[in-house]
Amino acid sequence: MTTASGTSAPRPTDEIVDVLIIGSGASGAAVAWSLADTRMKILCLEQGDWIKPTEFPTNGRDWEARRYADFDISPNRRARATDYPVNDDNSPMKVANFNGVGGGTVLYTAHFPRMHPSDFRVKTLDGVADDWPVDYWTLEPYFAENDRVMGVAGLAGDPSYPLHQPTMPPVPLGRTGTRYAQAMNKLGWHWWPSDIAVATTEYDGRAKCINLGHCTPGCAQGAKASVDITYWPQALRAGVELRTRCRVREITTNEHGMASGVVYYDPSGVERFQPAEMVIVAANGIGTPRLLLNSASAQHPNGLANSSGQVGRNLMVHPWPQIYGYIDEEVDGDRAPMTVMWSKEFYETDPSRGFVRGYTLQFARGTGPANEAITSMAAGRLPWGRDHHRAYRTMLYRSLRVGVACEDLPEAHNRVTIDPILKDSHGIPAPRIDYTVSENTQRMMDHGIARSVEILKAAGCHTIHLPPPGVLNSPGHLLGTARMGHDPDHSVVNGWGRSHDVKNLFIVDGSIWVTSGGVNPTSTIQALALYIADNIKQRLANLFD
Amino acid sequence: MPDQAVSDLTPGELRDLRRLAAIMVPASTEHRVPGADDEAIFADIVRSLGRDREAVRKALALLREMAGGDFSRLDAATAETTAMEMLARGGSTVTALGRAVLQCYYRDDRVFIALGLEPRAPFPKGHQVEQGDWTLLDAVRGRPRMWRDVDGGGR
Ligand SMILES: Cc1cc2nc3c(=O)[nH]c(=O)nc-3n(C[C@H](O)[C@H](O)[C@H](O)COP(=O)(O)OP(=O)(O)OC[C@H]3O[C@@H](n4cnc5c(N)ncnc54)[C@H](O)[C@@H]3O)c2cc1C
Ligand code: SF4
Repeated sequence: MTTASGTSAPRPTDEIVDVLIIGSGASGAAVAWSLADTRMKILCLEQGDWIKPTEFPTNGRDWEARRYADFDISPNRRARATDYPVNDDNSPMKVANFNGVGGGTVLYTAHFPRMHPSDFRVKTLDGVADDWPVDYWTLEPYFAENDRVMGVAGLAGDPSYPLHQPTMPPVPLGRTGTRYAQAMNKLGWHWWPSDIAVATTEYDGRAKCINLGHCTPGCAQGAKASVDITYWPQALRAGVELRTRCRVREITTNEHGMASGVVYYDPSGVERFQPAEMVIVAANGIGTPRLLLNSASAQHPNGLANSSGQVGRNLMVHPWPQIYGYIDEEVDGDRAPMTVMWSKEFYETDPSRGFVRGYTLQFARGTGPANEAITSMAAGRLPWGRDHHRAYRTMLYRSLRVGVACEDLPEAHNRVTIDPILKDSHGIPAPRIDYTVSENTQRMMDHGIARSVEILKAAGCHTIHLPPPGVLNSPGHLLGTARMGHDPDHSVVNGWGRSHDVKNLFIVDGSIWVTSGGVNPTSTIQALALYIADNIKQRLANLFD
Repeated sequence: MPDQAVSDLTPGELRDLRRLAAIMVPASTEHRVPGADDEAIFADIVRSLGRDREAVRKALALLREMAGGDFSRLDAATAETTAMEMLARGGSTVTALGRAVLQCYYRDDRVFIALGLEPRAPFPKGHQVEQGDWTLLDAVRGRPRMWRDVDGGGR
């Protein structure tokens, strides 16, 4: 066996498993759950911890402060022992994630749109980027299965989507949603209550949402569908083993060019070798290329599974300008799930707009008392000194916020590489990202910002604040860095997630995306993971041929 | 949980920070609120600097430089002008300072009560949200299909 450091296999060595999954987030959980019925010996190694409901911020009076501390969305600021640093200095878009059981879903907002059918055919329809090797209709049963396991609130009948049936009633429109809806009707533009992975009724043993209004830094009520409380309990009951505080350093290969297992650090920091018949990487669009590049060896000098040179390239992160407006009456503030509805009015390509592809408008409620002050102060909206209290009282629970979820197209120069200096607490080289916003995306953002201003005006906002130049919200969507495709020269994995180079290595997370759509990605990431798991099950007899 | 680490700010830094806090968010009889220099609030700020501690120290060093010495000793008018000038510079240091003050100010019971809010954590009571006006959706329900059926799977 060859390791990246060129040494022979480190000891101690664990008992071999049939399937080794790296990462317990959105995709790792789904694939573990699906493969469990094969009765294979399945192990998942996760670098982070289980988070108990009592640890979530909404349990305490300091709930808002903790979103800037141990529940910050940036791994660099959060800096838990279980996090790894990311050098994102050379990118206007920063990395947001969570490293623990559930991965990003622990902190996600649970906005749960699917990709649209056209998103899988961008080359054919719009002449840009590439078509996916799968399509919406192939994934449709997996979307539905994922909705059932996660539990999705929403309303059937949205004319912007093929018909699908969310499993629970939508989250309340509330006062904020009503204001938005009136504005959209005035403009004659499409809107629909969002699909949101939040239990609006009791669901599969989970309590219903009680409007704690702090979905992003975790749901103490257990109403938000993070995979630690949806897929994982079922996968564990079915016999999957999940080991926490185990950080994988590299994937090893044998003399036949097959993955032989991984080198990892156990909870006490001891370096171990875990042999496996099959390795599935689910470490997300940053963690996965980092791991593959860190697994370079004499046989794979440019990193594992990287004969195409595509590992780390084509990073897509959804630039997401947010436009704030203030009205003169109190609305919902942070006292309900944050997102309420979407608009697909500008989603499908219309060349007259000056860009290809499109965006979702995502309509948010407000934020809490401290966060309203902190964000408004940082944006220069809230004065210090004598006028502070008067101004603050015109803002608290009076804000509307429209987010423009822009599709960014794959570009080879937007990429993840290994930082030559930065390392995590185990001394493993950390990732670096280099990213620039393309002209097409910039035009799309400008268009979306202008439409958002029209909406906020129609909603009666007396004051509207545009995002300061260069300030982009970073939604934690990490996509494209180990893309799928039929052609081994231009892609890392095939149409069902298997590495072109290493036949017993699979990738199931957001890194395999070919293009990014203009939607939050988790629903589609999980549908793809379930699809890949099904392919593995159907092909078991000749899986590695 | 606030960071419980004992503050390592010097007595001079603590004096300057307290004076600055009083200017940033002053007490107001009109709004029936204490200032951010209130004893309990200020103690919370100092205790909770956490990840912003070094940035706050940098802001205080800048303030001291602009004041030409102890900021806390300046007369009221000069202190206010100096503080506002420093805060107007913006940037990550001032943002961190603002966050350190505001995250504690806007969790104080008296401030919450003055704002008409219940002084409690969101969990376990949660909040009530009205359904809103769902009849507004009637305007959209009848719209023709908007998605592009590229693979012939549409039904
Ligand atoms: C603040 C925030 C809000 C978001 N809101 C939404 C939303 O509303 N809707 C939506 O669809 N998406 C949202 N997202 C994105 C969503 O969280 C991700 O799309 C999703 O979690 C990605 O799934 P994944 O399986 O690709 O990776 P992840 O869920 O990120 O899981 C990767 C896991 O791998 C582990 N790992 C990585 N490297 C190693 C290693 N070397 N060894 C061991 N373990 C490792 C990590 O610790 C992590 O647990 C949000 C994200 C954030 C951060
Ligand atoms: S709003 Fe609902 S889903 Fe979100 S954190 Fe609160 S209880 Fe959980």
